[in-house]
Amino acid sequence: MIRRDAILFMALGAFLLAIAAWQQIPTTLFMLVTASAYALIALGLNVQWGYAGLFNFGVMGFLMVGGVAVTFVSYPINDAFWASDGPFMLFKALLAAIFGGVLVYLATNSQRFGIKGKLRTFLIVVSWAVAYIVYRSQIDPAARLIEQEAGFIGGLGLPVVLGWVFGGILAGAIAYVVGRVCLGLRTDYLAIATIGISEIIRALVKNMDWFTRGTLTVSPLPWPTPSPNDIVAAGLDDATMSTVLARVGFLSLTVLMIAVIFYFLQKAYEGPWGRMMRAIRDNNVSASAIGKNVTKRELEVFILGSILMGIGGAVLASFSQILDPSGYQPINHTFIVWVMIIVGGAGNNYGALFGGVFIYIVWTVSEPASVILFDIISDFSEGAGIGAIPNIESRALQMRVFVLGLVITFALRYFPQGIIPERVRTEK
Amino acid sequence: MINELIFFFNKVIVSGAVLGSVYALGAVGITLIFGILRFAHFAHGDMMTMGAFVSFMLAAAASAMGISTFWPTGFIVLPFAMAITAGLALGIDRTFYQPLRERGVRPVTLLIASIGVTLMIQGLVRLFGGVQTRSFFENEPKELFRFDTSWIGGTRSINVSEPQLLLIAVTVIAVVALHFFLTRSRLGKGMRAMADNPDLALVSGINTNQVVRATWIIAGSLACMAGTMLALDVILKPDLAFNIVLPIFAAAIVGGLGQAYGAIAGGLIIGFAETMSVFNWAIMLRPFRDHLPEWLPNDLSIVPTEYKLTVAFVILVVVLLVRPTGIFKGVSS
Repeated sequence: MIRRDAILFMALGAFLLAIAAWQQIPTTLFMLVTASAYALIALGLNVQWGYAGLFNFGVMGFLMVGGVAVTFVSYPINDAFWASDGPFMLFKALLAAIFGGVLVYLATNSQRFGIKGKLRTFLIVVSWAVAYIVYRSQIDPAARLIEQEAGFIGGLGLPVVLGWVFGGILAGAIAYVVGRVCLGLRTDYLAIATIGISEIIRALVKNMDWFTRGTLTVSPLPWPTPSPNDIVAAGLDDATMSTVLARVGFLSLTVLMIAVIFYFLQKAYEGPWGRMMRAIRDNNVSASAIGKNVTKRELEVFILGSILMGIGGAVLASFSQILDPSGYQPINHTFIVWVMIIVGGAGNNYGALFGGVFIYIVWTVSEPASVILFDIISDFSEGAGIGAIPNIESRALQMRVFVLGLVITFALRYFPQGIIPERVRTEK
Repeated sequence: MINELIFFFNKVIVSGAVLGSVYALGAVGITLIFGILRFAHFAHGDMMTMGAFVSFMLAAAASAMGISTFWPTGFIVLPFAMAITAGLALGIDRTFYQPLRERGVRPVTLLIASIGVTLMIQGLVRLFGGVQTRSFFENEPKELFRFDTSWIGGTRSINVSEPQLLLIAVTVIAVVALHFFLTRSRLGKGMRAMADNPDLALVSGINTNQVVRATWIIAGSLACMAGTMLALDVILKPDLAFNIVLPIFAAAIVGGLGQAYGAIAGGLIIGFAETMSVFNWAIMLRPFRDHLPEWLPNDLSIVPTEYKLTVAFVILVVVLLVRPTGIFKGVSS
């Protein structure tokens, strides 16, 4: 079995070499860095779905949270914002939010004061409404002022790696809230609820111009490693070489990070914790009967997976150097990760890693591959007198989506366990 | 005051009814599939888009043949497009879902498969149709009916476009027809029985394969109807219905998954909730503006317009948390 996996990974390496020969080395490195970020995200989803059977279809939301977090931490300080009334007004809005939170908390816990039934429901609804109005009355003028005077709040100018960590923490915090309210739902309801939440996050990030600049996008985000420009400034004039060096630097950082995370995930999976998670996944009734706190463990694993997704999202945003809220689409940020897990093999970290890199490469190269395919068909149809295919370039781009759909339905039908399936080690 | 009411009617009632009808037609399909086949059919939005593209191609062919009537061409070809889409829906089920069902996979796997189908339909629609937007009304005018309101003392008119009127009309017809089908016909009763209790339905001699086929035919043709009418009302684009598949799910869940009537009610609830929450209520207060306090802001909409779709998601999440079975009790998978 180990040998089969090794052969598969070697085949993936050979595939990568072939891609490198075809698409040039800088492009391949670009793909590899992005693929490594996706591999991290796939590991996060594998923790949620593969270990614990949690149906998270809101991956995109957590990636956006990571992206916003790294932008906030690592983008240079915007002096115009700090010089204006903005910080004070935001502080007032924060107070309003806390006030609203306390109000809602009191209303939700009003049964402790002996208020029950319809009256409590009424109080909860009223408290939400009051909290919303109070918050809006503070945040709206603050947002208007910041957008007018400073554009947006800018960043903190701190190291990028700190931003990645913050991305993980923020995603974990949001996952805690989401998990607390949603994890009681059954699988398909949970899927729809998480999609809904990720869409809410997307709408917020897209429209909170004072915080994220919305559709105006924030760029350039700094790199944690020397960027191509830094290398040129340091005295290396060759443009290709400096790009290659910079990308290799970034790649080694992400690979190192994945190696560390992978080691601990694998340890956890093989240990008692992993056994317990599998028990909960396969039969949560019997797991709770032997005294495992199913709700708490599921919340734990949901947060852990979301932290990894947040870090992955932060890496993606840093590497592309731009925070573009309209660039986040369910297809390339949620569904593709699911395809990676399903094809790679849910429940097996090696499978998630393999699927993450493999599917991302397939997704990227299916565009140039379709251009070639269409060119051939077009030449043929022209020769046959039917005429050439118009707009080959834009049509080929759409083939990626089709190929992704084809791969997932094919995988579900013919190898539902994935390429590197889960192997539960039994006692020797 | 009358003018403000008419403005309210145009902005909220008309567009809410239009949006609600589209949601309802989509949600009925989703809810029937969930009731019979027990999985959340995510590809339903793209089935609507596919139906709209089928209608568009038929309409283009019809106008190329010189067929032109009093009605919009896209509306005339609707029955044929519905038949074709129903056939496509059956084909999709046969190719992608049936093999998985026969293997007895969990509903989750079917949900993931339906996402694969979504991606394939999207890819194919864009591959053949391109990414540009198209209008059904390139060769013919889109009529706008203005109803004079001077008889109740208004100076504004009530504005409804022809596609909007047609949309509301066909929705009513489809709902009535569906009602009679579900309550009077043998097959419809079989469908309800199977949604309530599949095992009991099987042992009492209901042809389950036939019921499954009927479900896909109804869901496919209603999806085509919703997609075409939406494209007639707004515009035809490749992500026409992918963006509204979540509001449609929200409608189906609010109504209780598996409940056909609930889906219709849910669709209208979500439609009206969206239009009402982005409506600027300050306009309704305009007649009393002399008596209002100064501090009242000019914009009293509940959420800014950019968050219109978000309203549906918030309702969805709240309903899932507070009453996951929907307002009518839904079936569980």
